[in-house]
Amino acid sequence: MRHIISILIENEAGALSRVSGLFSARAFNIESLTVAPTEDASLSRMTIVSTGSDDVIEQITKQLNKLIDVVKVVDLSEAAHIERELMLVKVRAAGKDREEMKRIADIFRGRIIDVTDSTYVIELTGNGSKLDAFLEAIDRALILETVRTGVSGIGRGDRILKV
Amino acid sequence: MQLTGAEIVIRCLQEEKVEYVFGYPGGSVLFIYDELFKQDKFKHVLVRHEQAAVHAADAYSRSSNKIGVCLVTSGPGVTNAVTGIATAHMDSVPMVIISGQVPTAYIGQDAFQECDTVGITRPCVKHNFLVKDVRDLAITLKKAFYIAKTGRPGPVLVDIPKDITNQKCEFEYPKTITMRSYNPVVKGHSGQIKKAVQMLLEAKRPMIYAGGGVILSDAAEKLAKLARSLGYPVTNTLMGLGGYPATDKQSLGMLGMHGTYEANMAMQNCDVLIAVGARFDDRVIGNPANFAEISRKIIHIDIDPSSISKRVKVDVPIVGNLPDVLDELQKLLESSAGVPDPKALAAWWKQIDEWRGKKSLKYKQGKEIIMPQYVVEKLYEVTGGEAFITSDVGQHQMWAAQYYKFDKPRRWINSGGLGTMGVGLPYAMGVRFANPKATVACITGEGSIQMNIQELSTAKQFRLPIKIINLNNRYLGMVRQWQQMFHGNRYSESYVDALPDFVKLAEAYGHVGMKIERPADVEPALREAFTKHKNDLVFMDFLTDQTANVYPMVAAGKGLSEMILAEEL
Repeated sequence: MRHIISILIENEAGALSRVSGLFSARAFNIESLTVAPTEDASLSRMTIVSTGSDDVIEQITKQLNKLIDVVKVVDLSEAAHIERELMLVKVRAAGKDREEMKRIADIFRGRIIDVTDSTYVIELTGNGSKLDAFLEAIDRALILETVRTGVSGIGRGDRILKV
Repeated sequence: MQLTGAEIVIRCLQEEKVEYVFGYPGGSVLFIYDELFKQDKFKHVLVRHEQAAVHAADAYSRSSNKIGVCLVTSGPGVTNAVTGIATAHMDSVPMVIISGQVPTAYIGQDAFQECDTVGITRPCVKHNFLVKDVRDLAITLKKAFYIAKTGRPGPVLVDIPKDITNQKCEFEYPKTITMRSYNPVVKGHSGQIKKAVQMLLEAKRPMIYAGGGVILSDAAEKLAKLARSLGYPVTNTLMGLGGYPATDKQSLGMLGMHGTYEANMAMQNCDVLIAVGARFDDRVIGNPANFAEISRKIIHIDIDPSSISKRVKVDVPIVGNLPDVLDELQKLLESSAGVPDPKALAAWWKQIDEWRGKKSLKYKQGKEIIMPQYVVEKLYEVTGGEAFITSDVGQHQMWAAQYYKFDKPRRWINSGGLGTMGVGLPYAMGVRFANPKATVACITGEGSIQMNIQELSTAKQFRLPIKIINLNNRYLGMVRQWQQMFHGNRYSESYVDALPDFVKLAEAYGHVGMKIERPADVEPALREAFTKHKNDLVFMDFLTDQTANVYPMVAAGKGLSEMILAEEL
């Protein structure tokens, strides 16, 4: 089962390596990991996507909680939540492809944020499968470069992860 | 008043009432050693290798429940310490390790004696810190001591760059500390404890399985009270020996890979199991799938939530500090109307006594060759069971655990989790520093003892009258045993050739050496060592049977009841 785990951690040097080291040392898997400081600069928020049986996910959350710098851990997938990922795609956009690329970007509610004679950079947000679908929809040969942030997640409604 | 970083380190250690610092100087810690020189509130123990400093501090802690402290330099100083730190971490021993680091501006430049200490030690400490500002130094050390001792204990490392130790700032040592990210639980969930009491009273074939947590949390007395008021059988893990008196009639001895027949059989056949500060590790329960196949209800008390349902699913998890939880359990039990079913309990004890009848620890001592088990039994007699026993790792460790009956906690000091050869001698040193009048014996083998033999020099300097019981079978015995049983008698590299003359070696270091070759000489030699040479370190080299194996044995991956017994061979 795929789980999205959100972590509030002290924003100190080495915090990321404590978390990533834990995952490798205990053979837990990481599909994606994102991290950035929160509005309170002393805290960082991480979102980790992992897969595993319920037992494994239980161990992951327990082991994360055991890290001294970790303030809070929540398995977002336990209840209603929203997940988003940002992707930037640089594509060849010359000749007949130029118009088509713009059209598909519009359909996916993507935005073109950089333009040259022959290329576009398209910005796209959504859940992972939407980003995958976009890449499927355009001609593979036209993709020059892609970069994805990995998943960020937040609980719906009253579910709040805060100190 | 403005103090330098080095002065602050010393003041913090004094504030923490540290008695001994085990260490080894070097470039990055010179300012600290300079301040150490100027004070006399605590003593420094100069070891001969940093690994031994950590082991000694570790045993100092294990045998006293105080925090062990070590001080090592950067680079090789701290990499040498890593084995010791990992050993303490696996057995949850509270320690503070202070390591020097190259000056802040040199970090990352591949400077002389630089290594990424925080990175290297991260997976084998409870927590670690790199101090980047002298103003953070005192609070960081306060946190280190606090984290080491609270919750599930463990080693904490503080890495201090050299320039920080020479910079000045105002010193104030915080009295208390709170951390928003670290709040270990103490009290157990009362609803869960109620459930546990109910389950315990309904048991027909109950079993108490007590681990190292009982020792670490000083819960032995409370455990004994609970066990006696219930009348249930108790087994101890290797780490838990002494947590319940081994000579008590309710004690089934040690369980696990080399546990007694009765302990392992009772573990498999009980209907309610209460695990107290134990973690169902692979050397204890054998194959977890096999263990799980048998239906029994499990109550698990542990301070570390991640130890619960890690290898074995439990029915009633209780997270909390053992003494608090045991108090609560006892109170509920005493106020409860129910009592254990006397008929069922009598039948269960009858069954256990049948298993005991197997006498799974029996062996034959002939007239010619010394059996290693015999040496441990005689050591137990000669010391009246009152000694602190340290061991190294291997066959001798198992024999020590099987034949020396520990009635008190903190008397049995060994590396259970990491299984570190070479701990025995530095452990004995640490024990003696913590218990200056105690009788201390180190049960070892000719393989293990050579891994930290240089500490005979430290032992001489500090006049530590340790008795080294070297069970010398000229083999890496446990390796040889596995090769015999599972690798077709191919004794690949397990023969220890070119051994030194241990008697001469001991004498070269200024100690007493003895060589004992005949069974009849074992007891007289031990008596001589513990009376005539009471105040000397005595290295007793016992030439023992080369083919002796440790039984009973549960082969790796097998179920607990699938024991190989000595008589079956």
